[in-house]
Amino acid sequence: MLIAVLLGFVFSLLLVVAGKFFRGKPAILSAIIPLSLFVYFSGFINEVSGGGVIRQSFKWVPSFGVNLGFTLDGLSLLFSLMITGIGFLVFVYTSTYLKGHEYLDRFYGYLSMFMASMLGLVLSDNMISLFVFWELTSISSFFLIGFNNKSEASRKSAITALAVTGLGGMSLLAGALILGSVGGTYTISELLNSNQVIADSPYYIPIVIFMFGAAFTKSAQFPFHFWLPGSMLAPTPVSTYLHSATMVKAGIYLLMRFTPILGNTEFWNSTLLIVGAITMVYAAIHALFRKDLKGILAYSTISALGILVFLIGQGTEKALLAAALFIVVHALYKATLFLVTGIIDLQTQTRDVTVLRGLRKVMLPVAIAGFLAAISSAGIPPTVGFLGKELTYESTLALISMPVLWIALILITKILLLYAGFVAGISPFVGKLPEQFANTKKPGMLLWLPPMILAVTGIGFGIFPALVEPIVFPVVTAMGESLGNEHLKLWHGFNTVLWLSIATIAIGTVLYFILKPSQKLVESAERFEFLSPKALTTVGWAYFNKVSSLWTRIFQNGYLRNYVSTIVVFLIGLAGYSLYQTAKFDLDLSTLNEITLYEMAVVAMMFSSIFFVVFTKSRLTAVASMGVMGLSICLLFVFYSAPDLAMTQFSIDTLTVILFVLVLYRLPRYLKLSDYRTRIKDGIISLAFGSIITVLILEVLASPVDKTISKYYAENAYVLAKGKNVVNVILVDFRGSDTFMEISVLAIAAIGVYALLKLHLKETDQH
Amino acid sequence: MRTIILKTASSYLLPVLLIFSVFILLRGHYLPGGGFVGGLIASMAYVLHAFANGLSDTKNLLRFHPGFLMPIGLALAFVSGMAPLFLDLPFMTGLWYPGEIPVLGSIGSALFFDIGVYLVVVGVTLTIIFTIVDTI
Repeated sequence: MLIAVLLGFVFSLLLVVAGKFFRGKPAILSAIIPLSLFVYFSGFINEVSGGGVIRQSFKWVPSFGVNLGFTLDGLSLLFSLMITGIGFLVFVYTSTYLKGHEYLDRFYGYLSMFMASMLGLVLSDNMISLFVFWELTSISSFFLIGFNNKSEASRKSAITALAVTGLGGMSLLAGALILGSVGGTYTISELLNSNQVIADSPYYIPIVIFMFGAAFTKSAQFPFHFWLPGSMLAPTPVSTYLHSATMVKAGIYLLMRFTPILGNTEFWNSTLLIVGAITMVYAAIHALFRKDLKGILAYSTISALGILVFLIGQGTEKALLAAALFIVVHALYKATLFLVTGIIDLQTQTRDVTVLRGLRKVMLPVAIAGFLAAISSAGIPPTVGFLGKELTYESTLALISMPVLWIALILITKILLLYAGFVAGISPFVGKLPEQFANTKKPGMLLWLPPMILAVTGIGFGIFPALVEPIVFPVVTAMGESLGNEHLKLWHGFNTVLWLSIATIAIGTVLYFILKPSQKLVESAERFEFLSPKALTTVGWAYFNKVSSLWTRIFQNGYLRNYVSTIVVFLIGLAGYSLYQTAKFDLDLSTLNEITLYEMAVVAMMFSSIFFVVFTKSRLTAVASMGVMGLSICLLFVFYSAPDLAMTQFSIDTLTVILFVLVLYRLPRYLKLSDYRTRIKDGIISLAFGSIITVLILEVLASPVDKTISKYYAENAYVLAKGKNVVNVILVDFRGSDTFMEISVLAIAAIGVYALLKLHLKETDQH
Repeated sequence: MRTIILKTASSYLLPVLLIFSVFILLRGHYLPGGGFVGGLIASMAYVLHAFANGLSDTKNLLRFHPGFLMPIGLALAFVSGMAPLFLDLPFMTGLWYPGEIPVLGSIGSALFFDIGVYLVVVGVTLTIIFTIVDTI
């Protein structure tokens, strides 16, 4: 399973080298990867539907309890099949959709990176690796939304999406860490045993809030939904794959995965019910006021995600089954509609539903796919959408509190979604073909086949529900509920559910014939735009920018001396306050060594060098005196037997002086840089800082020293690390990770210096 | 600052200082020294050379941009940290060759880590100093 997850990453890396080759005709070959993964995961259907769970675990960072554990149960399998199956069709579709694009290889690289991270997300059995994969999906989504990186709107949407989902990622990490410390493990399958402990813990509410924060941002729930319509600036294959079928369902996956651990409490269920209900109704109403096909689809996707959250909030096994089935239904019809929209956009260069008419004459197969998807989204029998809608109504009717309200809300949503589906899937193809589209080219087979396959699958699942049962039922089992002897059926007899279905279809169809999308509707909605969460966030964002630029102008004003004095003054304040509170000032002078003559000589040397630095008239003398200061400190290190430190300090000081001399060499001979007021201010700051440090060190001497750590290192340096120089052993072995970080920082600093200075050179060249 | 004395001295001092820096690097595990100090000494050798002969001469002597040493050093340190993972041990476990090698003493992953530190330090110092000299 590890190989299955890594395959996409490896391919994406391979494209860095072999990009040129894949940019041309062979691009379609990349579809082999999702296809083979799809076949691989299909092989598990039998085993998983028989109740089997496949687990694999690899060590990653065992000292932190982070393992690369993978679990394949019903829930993971459903998502894996969707990711690889729809992934395959999208890969095929892209090879034609972006044919000849100069960065096609890059696109495939991002896409396969996304596929791999999404697979890792749904297969992870460890919360930390789940988080890592979760962030990777956000990052690949960022690259894909901003794929047209020359358009400012694209870049802005990409940043918004990254900011919102990244915030959710932080929230997921926080939730996972608290959950891990309460439950005692980061392994999700082991947490199942301690769900009672978790529910009783005082941290239960914070954990749930953090988890909700992650799920709601990723799955675009109100009020975090606004990044999703913005993300529609990405090429259509991306909208199909990430922003309707898979990535936005990661939040749903998270909720479903944690339902057995955190679910079944009043807080969990009612929050999900309310947020889901608001989202589904709000977004469905929004879809009415759009005329861009992708805009309509984006809002109906948000609404569908709301329905899923609503269903998970109900928490009964019927509702969970409805959610699982609706995931399949939605992925099938929404991906079809997106792909159809992409074809229309590619061939006619417009996505405006008010002008698109009669396209069936020029692209019949696309029209058929669109029609099938529309009736599936409407829930008209014999599509799988009908099954999903029936189950949704059935479970909502069984709600104990306020069933009438919930039924009314879900009914309104379903009617509006039917309308949106009809507008997107049927209206561009019916009616009279306008003149301007008469010469539209027929799309190639590689374009219309993928949506056709998805649409036909939707019908096939509807006619033969037994086909979808082995994929959907194990999802509910994986969430710890049992279904008994349930079966999916098209015909349930005359009952309330059927009447609700008939009402939905009838009212929705009537609405479709009465209300036509128009410019006027779009404008009427835009009047309320300033109240939307997006507009409010933008305002907040602007203020945030203002405050931070003010802050920057005060503290980051580009003068090194101001930075240093800010840091020093802050330290004086902080350390001074803390010393004032706690210092005892009871120093026993007898414990100190006697002061020797050579120590006094060194100190005298230090004082005279300081005097020279401050009062000299020449820069060079100042630098040389600074060097004397550094070397005197070196000598002190030697006296107190720290040869390693002395050596390093000596080399550093030499290099610093050289560096100073190199820079000063080119400066004017001597200028008085600061007036007396500044000098006096600086002198006071320096004196205060020096006194604080002195007091601090005397305080350290006064308190008893804990020698366990130094004793441990001294005793184990040779035994564990085979070294006799303890300092070096600490650097390269005991605290090797720190050293690694430090040298990375050094390298980054060098690159920074190089970039800054060289960039400056080029700019002066330009002038 | 092109004096004939410094010029002559530096061409002898460069190899001596470089060998000394390697010596400091290698003995670090038992006696004062190590990759950090060694790297600083090696960069001083080149800086001295640049002082005496001019930067372009030193660059010709080096043949490649010192910045390339940084990724090589980082990669070496990283790989020596990752190596234990292939033996199913945690990240950065010290691996040691069981026998003794003449002159060098025992060889282990920590030594390669230290060589990585050495290369990074040389790369960083020379990149910064050369860039500044270039620019002003």
